[in-house]
Amino acid sequence: MIEFKDVLKIYPNGTKGLNNVNIKINKGEFVVIVGLSGAGKSTMLRSINRLHEITSGEIIIDGKSITKARGKALLRCRRDIGMIFQNFNLVKRSTVLRNVLSGRVGYHSTIRTLLGLFPKEDINIALNALKRVNLEEKAYSRADELSGGQQQRVSIARALAQEAKFILADEPVASLDPLTTKQVMDDLKRINKDLGITTIVNLHFVDLARQYATRIVGVRAGEIVFDGPVEEATDDVFSSIYGRPVKQDEMLGAKV
Amino acid sequence: MDALKKRRLSLMKRLVTLIFIIVILWASSLGTEVSISSLMDGLPGMGSLFLEMLPPDWSYFSYVTEPMLETIRMAVIGTTYGAIVAIPFALLSSRNVVKWPVIYFPFRFVMNLIRTIPELLLAALFVPVLGIGDNAGIMALSVFSFGVIAKLAYESIEAIDNGPLEAMTAVGANKIQWIFYGVVPQVIASFVSYTLYCFEINVRAAAILGYVGAGGIGLYLNNTLKLFQYQRVSTIIIYTLIVVVIIDMISNKCREKLI
Ligand SMILES: Nc1ncnc2c1ncn2[C@@H]1O[C@H](COP(=O)(O)OP(=O)(O)OP(=O)(O)O)[C@@H](O)[C@H]1O
Ligand SMILES: [Mg+2]
Repeated sequence: MIEFKDVLKIYPNGTKGLNNVNIKINKGEFVVIVGLSGAGKSTMLRSINRLHEITSGEIIIDGKSITKARGKALLRCRRDIGMIFQNFNLVKRSTVLRNVLSGRVGYHSTIRTLLGLFPKEDINIALNALKRVNLEEKAYSRADELSGGQQQRVSIARALAQEAKFILADEPVASLDPLTTKQVMDDLKRINKDLGITTIVNLHFVDLARQYATRIVGVRAGEIVFDGPVEEATDDVFSSIYGRPVKQDEMLGAKV
Repeated sequence: MDALKKRRLSLMKRLVTLIFIIVILWASSLGTEVSISSLMDGLPGMGSLFLEMLPPDWSYFSYVTEPMLETIRMAVIGTTYGAIVAIPFALLSSRNVVKWPVIYFPFRFVMNLIRTIPELLLAALFVPVLGIGDNAGIMALSVFSFGVIAKLAYESIEAIDNGPLEAMTAVGANKIQWIFYGVVPQVIASFVSYTLYCFEINVRAAAILGYVGAGGIGLYLNNTLKLFQYQRVSTIIIYTLIVVVIIDMISNKCREKLI
C-alpha cells in the first residue's frame, strides 16, 4: 500500500507541485493519474520513490515511511518500486540483458555487481522477465537496436527483474505509436493482474485511461480533484479535471 | 532601427577584433625578432643542411631500435598511468556525478592547473628529482596524459544522458553501482578513444623528451645533432616518422571501431 499524508511539494522557484495531497493506493490496484500538462502528475509519481523530495508531509510504503528512510533503508524501499519512464531510460550501448540485470543490483554486494558476477538464478530471473514481455530472443542485442516499443518493454522487464511490488510509469506510451502503445499497456495490465503488482500510470489519453485503469485519479494544480473507480469517471468528470471539455487529440482513437 | 544598430555594432566588433589581431601579431614578431627577411636568409642554410642529411645512415637503424622501443614503452606506461588516475578525477569533477560544488570545483581546479604545464617543462622538473633516464619521462608523460584525459573524460561525462542515471537511482542502486551501471557504459568508448588519442600525442612527445634528459630517442637526436652526424639525424627522423605513422594508423583504426 502507498499512502500520501498531507504531502506538500514546493519547487525551489516557488511553484506548488503538490498541494496537501492525501491518498491511499491499495495492493493490486491499477491506478491511472490524469490531468492537464503541468498539473503535477510527474511530481506525484516521482515523490513516491523520492526522485523528487517533498517539502512536507509523509509518504508511507507498506507501513514504512520512505520519507524518513536514510541510506540503505532508502535503497531498500526503492528496490521494491520499479519505474518506467517516457524515454525508456535504458543504457543504449549495453545489451538488453545487462539493462534488465541492472534491476538486480540492489540485491547484491557492490563488488559482485561491479564485476558483473550475477548468480545463475539472477540471469534466469532476467530472462524470465524478458519472456514475460516477449523479448527473450533479444536478450543479447544492443538496446539501441530495438524499436521504441521494444525498448519500453525492456524497461518493464527491468522493473520485473527488480521483483518490484509497485510499478510507477510516467507517460510510458507518450513517445510510441498507437499499436505499440497497446502492446506496452497490455503488458503492464497483464503483469498487474498476474503478479498482483500495484501499478500507477500517468497518462494523457482519456480513452486509454478508461480502458486500463481500475481507478482514476484526477489532478489539477497539484491537488487531487477526482478519485474514484473507472466506472465513475464520466466525460463530465474528465471535463471537470481538465477544467474544459475533453478535446479530440486527448483520445488515442483520434490518432489511429 | 534596432536591427540596424545591432548590425553596426557587430561590424564594429569585428573591426576591433581584426585590429587587435594585427597589433598582437606585429608586437609578437617584434618581441621575438622574427621577420620574413631573416627567414629568407636562413633558406640556403637549410638547403645545405638537407643535402648533408642524405643519404641516411642505414646501419644506424638497428642501433637506435633499442631507444626507439624505450620511447614507445615510455608512451605506453605514461598514458596508462595517466588514464588510471584520470578516472576518479574525471568522475569527481563532473557536476552530474558529484552534486556538491565543494567537491567538483577543487578537483576541476587541480585538473585545469596541471593541464597548463607543457610536457617538456614537466620532464625538466622530473629529471632533477628522478635522475636522468626514462623514469622522469614516464612521470612527465603520466602527468601530461592525466591532464588531457581527465579533462576530455569529464566533459563527456557531463554530456551523458541523464535518463539511465535516473533509472539506476530508481532501481535502488548505491552510488558506486549507479556509476558503474549508469555512467560507465555511456562513456567507456569515448574514454578509450581519448586514451588512444593521448597515446598518439605521447609517442611524439616521448621522442623529444630526451632533449631534457628524460630518456628515449630524443637523447640520440640531440647527441647526433651536436656532433654534426647529419646522416644519423636523418635516420632518427625517418625512423620516428615511420613509427608515428604506424602507431597513428593502428590507433585510428581502433578508435573508428569504438564509435
Ligand atoms: N524542477 C522543477 N522546478 C520548478 N518547477 C517545476 C519543476 N518540475 C516541475 N515543475 C512545475 O511543477 C508543476 C507540475 O509539474 P509536473 O511535471 O508534475 O506536471 P505533469 O502533470 O507531469 O505535466 P506533463 O503532463 O506536462 O508531464 C508544473 O507547474 C511545473 O512547471
Ligand atoms: Mg509529466
